[in-house]
Amino acid sequence: MSQNMTAPAPLAITHLTVAYGDKTVLWDITWQAAPGLTAIVGPNGAGKSTLLRAALGLIPSIAGEARFFGRTLDEVRNRVGYLPQRASVDWDFPATALDVVCMSRYPRMRWWGRVPKTERDAAYAALDQVGLADLADRQIGRLSGGQQQRVFLARALAQDADLYLMDEPFAAVDAATEQAIIAVLRRVVATGRSVIAVHHDLSTVPAYFGQVLLLNGRAVAAGDVKSAFTPDSIARAYGGRLNVLEQAVAEGGLQ
Amino acid sequence: MTAMDFLRLDLPALLAAILACGLCGLLGSFLLLRRDSLLGDALSHAVLPGIIAGFAITGARAGLPMLLGALAAALAAVFLISLVRRVARLESGAATGAVFTSFFALGLMLIEATGARSVDLDLDCVLFGQLESLVWLEAQGFASLLDPATLAFLPRQIFLLAAASLVLVGLVALLWRPLHLLCFDPDYAAAIGLPARGLELVLNLMVAAAAVAAFEAVGSILVVAMLVCPAAAIRLLTDSYRAQVLGGAALGAALGALGYALAGPVPAVLGQDFALNAAGVIGTLGGLTVAGAMLLRQWRSGAPKSALISG
Amino acid sequence: MSLGYNTLVVLAGCALLGLACGTVGAFALLRGRALMADAVGHAALPGVVLAAMIVATLGGDPRALPPLLAGALVAGVLGVLAVQALTRGRRIREDAAIAIVLSSFYALGVALLSYVQTMPQAAQAGLGKFILGQAAAMRAEDALWAGGIAAFSVLICLALFQRLRAACFDPDYARVMGLSVARTDLMLLALIVIVAVAGLQAVGLVLVVALLILPAATARLLTHRLPVLLVVSALLGALSGALGAAASAVEPEWPTGAAVVLAGAIFFTLALLLAPERGVLPEAWRRTRRRIAATESHFLRAAWEAQEAAGAGPGTAGDRWTPIAALAAARGWSEGHASRLALWLGLRGLVARADGEIHLTPRGAAAARRAVRAHRAVEIHLLGLGATDIAGADRLADLVEHGLPAEMATRLLAEPSSLPASPHALGSKP
Repeated sequence: MSQNMTAPAPLAITHLTVAYGDKTVLWDITWQAAPGLTAIVGPNGAGKSTLLRAALGLIPSIAGEARFFGRTLDEVRNRVGYLPQRASVDWDFPATALDVVCMSRYPRMRWWGRVPKTERDAAYAALDQVGLADLADRQIGRLSGGQQQRVFLARALAQDADLYLMDEPFAAVDAATEQAIIAVLRRVVATGRSVIAVHHDLSTVPAYFGQVLLLNGRAVAAGDVKSAFTPDSIARAYGGRLNVLEQAVAEGGLQ
Repeated sequence: MTAMDFLRLDLPALLAAILACGLCGLLGSFLLLRRDSLLGDALSHAVLPGIIAGFAITGARAGLPMLLGALAAALAAVFLISLVRRVARLESGAATGAVFTSFFALGLMLIEATGARSVDLDLDCVLFGQLESLVWLEAQGFASLLDPATLAFLPRQIFLLAAASLVLVGLVALLWRPLHLLCFDPDYAAAIGLPARGLELVLNLMVAAAAVAAFEAVGSILVVAMLVCPAAAIRLLTDSYRAQVLGGAALGAALGALGYALAGPVPAVLGQDFALNAAGVIGTLGGLTVAGAMLLRQWRSGAPKSALISG
Repeated sequence: MSLGYNTLVVLAGCALLGLACGTVGAFALLRGRALMADAVGHAALPGVVLAAMIVATLGGDPRALPPLLAGALVAGVLGVLAVQALTRGRRIREDAAIAIVLSSFYALGVALLSYVQTMPQAAQAGLGKFILGQAAAMRAEDALWAGGIAAFSVLICLALFQRLRAACFDPDYARVMGLSVARTDLMLLALIVIVAVAGLQAVGLVLVVALLILPAATARLLTHRLPVLLVVSALLGALSGALGAAASAVEPEWPTGAAVVLAGAIFFTLALLLAPERGVLPEAWRRTRRRIAATESHFLRAAWEAQEAAGAGPGTAGDRWTPIAALAAARGWSEGHASRLALWLGLRGLVARADGEIHLTPRGAAAARRAVRAHRAVEIHLLGLGATDIAGADRLADLVEHGLPAEMATRLLAEPSSLPASPHALGSKP
């Protein structure tokens, strides 16, 4: 993988191993993301969400670490944005679309008092980016599924980050919304930022993304879509898993 | 009923009711939004052994040891509930139920075992509160309200409630935004670097503190009622976070005042010679308010809802 | 302490009620409905008080049980209906609805109770006992009622076993099979109301929910199989009832309700700590044992490989002595740690120690050989798949080898009893 040796990778993962209880989900993942639009694909249970969450420190890992732009997450937290999987939030919650987007700016504000105008404007601009500016004052439960997903995308974008980690940004949206979202992501990447997105639809990977990581518990293939996203590597990723060893891990217990 | 009677017999209780119910109404909104309303039920029952232990260890009928005991019991209960949930893999409601009923039973046993019953720490007051027994016989007239020396004779429950209100209202104001995010999406809060775990603990402590402060005045059942009913009623009527939190507090305080008036002073004014248990009336009003809010909501949405804009 | 007739009656009554609550509680817990009993229990108070008031006004004996229980039943049903009504709009969740119903109904009961206290008939003398239970006042016919209810609820649970099982574990499948889940749910709720109301006498309405949760939760810790769970839960309920009643008989000031619940809580705590599969202590013990076994095998393997590196050749151990310090360096351990391990393994007869050096005993050698085989089997397998590089294979094998059953190692290697050379360089920490 040819790298620009002077600029550290947006995300560099080394020897990451994660287990849930007895089951290993990821093992010994070593991978560096190149700048631009990267897709993470793999079968169900391959550990794609787990990879993002472990990198962000939301779940503990047995081994390994993640570096963002060459630093730890705590050092560059304001440069990393996150769009979680379509969450189990209470859609009845008393919050408008603008409220939800403002939430990502909370770390920049004091905890009390009114939301400063600059932050509101930033949130509004993010909503505008996803085409929902005129629905800013609508309670989130009254939005359609596609609109709700776009609100959460706006929330991530409002973090004004250099790297966005997105977990299934296209889940449960219709075709029109999907086009709208990919247009937003392309605009974001054009300004020099990076997006790493877990993606579930193999057929759209070459059209939407420039780089790819094929994951199935371990890193199967990574790199340029042209070179890494081949029928052979796809078959290896979606073929059977190392079942013998998985079972052994479960029975042996990890230290 | 004369003004002097009001000042001496009713004012303290009224104050206590307003403060206790308002405080619980304030914190109840957060529990409701986090779908954790049963924690209020749990905490009001779980504090019993702590209170009895505090009393038994120090022999003091008053204040601090019982308070600390109550807080300790509340913390222990919160900890055990999450432990039981994890280890026994019980769902949240059942784990909560198992822990707080065991604590309450332990408290009941302790009352007998430590002879607390004989020293007037009685169970009725734990369950039903003792609003009616809060009196301020030292008051001489309305001027007493401005006289610190006389004010010092107000029942200590009122001072406790006032102090708790100051602290907790201050905390809510201070943590306004983090609490908003914590209630809505705790996962995301952690992801952007907010100390979500710590905030959850602080919130639980705040609820415990409110319950403990209100407990002595209005009893455990009313604490449960006020931790859920005002918040639920407001929830049925508004979609604004600010209205929810502030409305819950205001409604709670109003119910406290109204319920107290209906229980004691009103029958007296009407010449009836009985008084209903004030805590009971307030709690009943709470339930009626929720029912009323439900009807109001259904009546409001009788008009056709605006269609969702598609796409 | 002689067991008088009265004591036996109370014992029997409490045990039977415990049995009923345990049985129904099992299904209630599995279906996530256990806390409904809390709502029912607290909601019963106004019903009991109103019933007493009505009876007293009509001139009857306000302490007679059946009308009071009937009042409790009606109020309990109303409480359940109120919970359903509140949750229908989806604005209020079930946890909040239960809290609303239990607290406001109870408050109504308290208010009514304070009114009743002013009535000349002093009807309330018997009513306070419903709050915390006063099984000591149980009469023979009350115990008979308890027995009847217990039998009834057990029979219904047995009759509805299949439906209840389906509703608990796979409601969608049940619907597909044509079993109406909604109706089963309703029947379960009805059962909860009945046993909760019945349980009021023994433990009182504040604590009755404990009797539906604790025996069932304890049984859940002990078994996976539903029929066994049902029986264990019922037995534990009965036992808690009996023990609590007995304790209260021995120490009359101890409130029976609290004693019964505490008995249940003690069983639950014991199961939490000691249950063979899910208990806290067995689990911790298993983890520790696994860790010890893994560390032992790492040590033995390092010893074996050290001798291979010293020229003993693959497949032979030789009787060579190896310095402990070298093993420590190979595994990245501190010398103190390695020495302690050597001491431990010496006690187990797997190594012999002298002067800071060890050599493997025959038993130790056999164990070491097994460990090395397993490790290399995994390494070779991984490398053959092209899954990782040499260092990675070594690292992963470290994690995995302990769980690898012997037959699997045999399967993975071409020649069953051979010992291949090590893919990774010996003597260096990966």
